[in-house]
Formats: sequence, structure tokens, C-alpha cells
Amino acid sequence: MRDAVVRTLTELAPQHPEMLFLTGDLGFGVVEKFAARFPHQFLNVGVAEQNMSGLAAGLALEGHSVFTYSIGNFPTLRCLEQIRNDICYHDANVKIISVGGGMSYGPVGMSHHATEDLAILRSLPNMTVFSPGDLWEAAEAARYLVKQKGPAYLRLDKSAAKLNPREGEAFIPGKIRTVQEGLDVTLAATGGILGEALRAAEILAGQGIRSRVLSVHTLKPLDTATLITAAKETGGIVSIEEHNVDGGLGGAIAESLMECGVVPRFFSRIGLRNTFSSVVGSQQYLRNVYGLDAEAIARAVSAKLVRAVSSVA
Amino acid sequence: MMATEREMEFAAGLVNLAAATADTRDLAKKIRQHALRMTNAGGGSHIGAIYSCADLLAVLYGGTLRVEPAAPQSPTRDRFVLSKGHAGAGLYAALAERGFFSLDKLATHYQDGSELCGHVSHELPGIEVSTGALGHGLSIATGMAYSGKLKSAAHRVFCMLSDGECDEGSIWEAALFAGHHGLSNLIAIVDFNQLQGLGRTSDILRLDPFADKWKAFGWDVREVDGHDHNLLQQTFAEVPFASDKPSCVIAHTTKGKGVSFMEDTVLWHYRTPRGAEFEGALAELEVA
Ligand SMILES: Cc1ncc(C[n+]2csc(CCOP(=O)(O)OP(=O)(O)O)c2C)c(N)n1
Repeated sequence: MRDAVVRTLTELAPQHPEMLFLTGDLGFGVVEKFAARFPHQFLNVGVAEQNMSGLAAGLALEGHSVFTYSIGNFPTLRCLEQIRNDICYHDANVKIISVGGGMSYGPVGMSHHATEDLAILRSLPNMTVFSPGDLWEAAEAARYLVKQKGPAYLRLDKSAAKLNPREGEAFIPGKIRTVQEGLDVTLAATGGILGEALRAAEILAGQGIRSRVLSVHTLKPLDTATLITAAKETGGIVSIEEHNVDGGLGGAIAESLMECGVVPRFFSRIGLRNTFSSVVGSQQYLRNVYGLDAEAIARAVSAKLVRAVSSVA
Repeated sequence: MMATEREMEFAAGLVNLAAATADTRDLAKKIRQHALRMTNAGGGSHIGAIYSCADLLAVLYGGTLRVEPAAPQSPTRDRFVLSKGHAGAGLYAALAERGFFSLDKLATHYQDGSELCGHVSHELPGIEVSTGALGHGLSIATGMAYSGKLKSAAHRVFCMLSDGECDEGSIWEAALFAGHHGLSNLIAIVDFNQLQGLGRTSDILRLDPFADKWKAFGWDVREVDGHDHNLLQQTFAEVPFASDKPSCVIAHTTKGKGVSFMEDTVLWHYRTPRGAEFEGALAELEVA
């Protein structure tokens, strides 16, 4: 995803001289080409994320369109107050890119796992939150952000669902992308874990369960209409996120449906539960450990479906 | 049109800053009087912190800053960031006196529905950014200054910090950056009153050798009496002190300056001037 985004920014930089790319000393092997081609639009601010975020706000107030770049929690939680006060309150044109969403940096350890960022960033006024599920969504979100003004967060995963856009498909920010149709259950995923959701849908299909799979690439603003339709048309909704469930995608869906008075036949949140990812291992290994892999998702869904059906009967 | 002419005037050094000294003293007095009434009426605090920098604000808004009250967003204006946002009432008073908004507005400070919150707010014309959480302003100002360099713009960016605020690591992140990039269009002014929230900076967290710290971070530093208008005007007229470095003015000040019983006490960081204390302070300011 990271490469797809940097490629997009590199493509658009010449038409957008107001664009600046700031990195907190990260992006080895990723940002060099951009830096070499656009030295006046690139700045390594050093390992200083608070300053990077305040600086970005100052630059944005002077008319620049600023991207800040780092990994995990460094460009978000480390400098949260700068994001809240300096960027969001001033509605400054700053887009925060974090690579390493969820447990992308598996064996490196919990310091590098972003598992509360979505909940925290989406709670900030004026903030738009993107969490793409495949390379196309990541690149399109970046393309949109170059032109869009205002604070935004782009959470990039190391993993990505292996999908291709349909012929003529347009990326619509703020609109959930239905990647597979089905009526028995809705699997709503955000981020690269969308790949697990798709594989879970295959497993479920083997059991005769037809899943609707949604990619919630924009967490804020949330596309409530598509969720309401899913709640009404399908047998239940399962949210899937590589993130603690409190306040994340599951929380966001629950909030918006409750407020609209729409209750799905069943609702379940798959994600970390009040947990720091302290086990050592690859992203895939950790997904298995924490019950976030395709098999675990399929198991959870079929158990829920059976229960939901029997309680109706 | 006006702005361009003014700019050329400045560039040619035709504006006589010294002539403004009497005016800036008068402005400082008015800032102190307004701030006293504002904190009294609103039950606000930080009067000591405001008095500490009232002379600095008066000199800045009495001639140093190239700002146009009629065109607060003019691209050629000097930027001023009040990082010690708790001195909001002082800045509001300076701006109202300079005509950025009406003096009547000052009476709404702290009142329900007002735009004038205790910590400085960018909802008001002439205010670049909202602050209040210490340690933010210098990074924002640095971003503004970096942008100015990118555009080869002539305006300067001034940022006022307090000494206790320099406990914040983010100040030093910004200082390091500005020094590294030689942002000569950036001027940090530290209101060095040696008191912070609960006591003396030397007891809580030692800053000395303070000037050396800034120098070591790549800044050119001047230490001045932060209540001496002539000296402040001269000093600000000489920025940048070096053509390839950001400038730091360490202004030695007295917290609560101007009211005898408020001077150099921690009490008046938080205390609201009321009753006899309010009247006494008003009387002292009147004869000053
Ligand atoms: C991040 C942050 N922490 C704490 C405070 C509360 N606070 C307001 S003023 C102050 C002390 C100020 O001392 P100093 O910075 O020296 O400023 P002075 O009032 O002396 O000008 C504190 C702790 C704050 N506003 N922001």
C-alpha cells in the first residue's frame, strides 16, 4: 500500500507545487525517488513527530498541502495534541499517513502496532479517516487527498486484499465499497484484513452461506446508508478490523445503526478485545493468535448465524 | 496597494521606530488596564503572566510588527504566534487597541457566548493561531517561517514563549529544526520571568544556562530587559541578528510587572484581582 501511495504522490507532485511531504525520518527505500525528484517538496524533519505535526499545521496555514509520514503510532498518538489543537482545530490542510496499520510490523513488537489509532483519530472533529483494504483503494485515497483540503488520516496496511477494481469502477470517498454480493451475512472489513474477510467468505460459501463483503475504506465520514441496507437485507453484520474493537470500525457501525434505529439480526465485532498484541510473530501469525484470520472469522460467523437462526425459530 | 507601499517603506528603513516609544508605553499601560478589568470581570487568572509580557506586546504591536488592522490576512504581514496562550487577555487588549476589533469586545472576555476565551483564540481577527497547551507555538511558527523561506517572502514570524513552557520537549524539537534550517525569518521571544505555575523555574526544572542552550541549537541570542521599551525597539529593529540563523530574544521580565503586590509572586499566576486588590491595582496602574 505504502508504495502505491508514494507512487501516486510522486505522480501528482508536479501538478501540485503546494504539496509538501514531511517524514519523521522513515521511509527507507520508499521516499528516496520522491525526494530526489522534488527536493523542494520533500522534508525529513527528523525523529520529532510533535514538531512535524505543529510544523505541518504552520505550513498548511500558509497555503501548503502537507503530508506527514511515519509508521505505527508515531505520526498519530505520539503527537495527538498537536493533531487535535494545531491541525484539526485550525482545519489545517494536513494529511497524516501512517504505514503499519494494525499488526503489519508483526515481530517488531507492540510499540509498532497501531491498534487504537482508528478509534482515537476518528473522534477528532474535522478529521477524515481512510483505511483502505487494497492497493487500488490506497492509491485512490491518496489521489483524493492531494486535491482535498482539510485534516485527514490515511492508515496503510502492509497486507492488502488481492482485488482489482471492476471495469469503470470509481473510488468514492465516504462510500463503502461492496466487493462481493450476498444476503446471508455482511462482512464489513476495514484495512488489509479485507483479504481475510474475502477468504472467510469463500469458506462460508463452501457451507452454503453467501456473504456480502464490504470494504469500509472510509471510516469517517461513515457511509450509514450502505450499512442500513446491509442490516435490512442480510442476516447479520460482522465487523472485522485489525484494531481494538472499542471505538473502531465495530463501534462506528454500532453507533450509526443504533442512532438510525436499525438493528441487524445479529451483530458481532471481530478485532482485538482490550488487548495489546504482545505475542511475537508475523502479521499472519498474529492474526491466527488473535482470532482474526479467515478460518476464525468463518467459524465465528457460522456460529453466530446458527444461533441467530435458532433464536428466531 | 497600501500594503505594497508600506512594505517598500519598511524595506527602505524609512519608518522611525524610536518615535513610537511614548506610544508603546501608553499601549502597555492600556494593555495592563484592560487585562485587569477583563480578568476581574470574568473571574480569570494569569494576570501575572500577562503583565510579564505587556511591554513586549506593546512594543511588538506598537510598531515592530508589520501588520495592518484593516487587512489582518494580508499575505505580507508579519506573523505573530503567542505560544504562551494563557496571556490571551494581553493580546486581545493589544489587538483591540490597534483596531483589529472593537474595544467593546474586550468586555466579553470569559463571558457566555464570547469569542474571547482565556487562552488565545484564532476566531479573532489578527490572531494567527489558537494556543493554550504549552509547547505548541514554536513548531507552528517554524512551519510558517519555513514556508516564508520557500516562497522567499519578506515577512517575519515572531513567536512568544514563556520560560516554564521551555520544559516542554516539543520546544526543543522546533528549536533544533529552526536552527538546522537557518530560519533567519523566525524570532523567538522568551518571556523569562523565572516563575512558572507552582514556583521558581530554578527550583522546578533548571533552565540555565538558558542562552547557551539556544546558541547550541543554532540560534543567535540577545538578552534584554523585557520592560525597557527603547531597548526592545532597538533589539527588534535589528532582527535577524545573523543572516543565517533564527533569532532568540531572551527578555528578562518580572511576573506581575506594574502592580507592586503582584510582582514576582507565584500567587498572581492564578489569583483573580477582586475588591480592594482590584482597586489597588487599578490605582497603581493609573499613576504609572
Ligand atoms: C501542556 C500544558 N501543560 C500545563 C499547562 C498549565 N499551565 C498554564 S500556565 C503554566 C505555567 C506557566 O509558566 P510559564 O510557562 O513560565 O509562563 P508564565 O506564566 O510565567 O509566563 C502551566 C503549567 C498548560 N497550559 N499546557
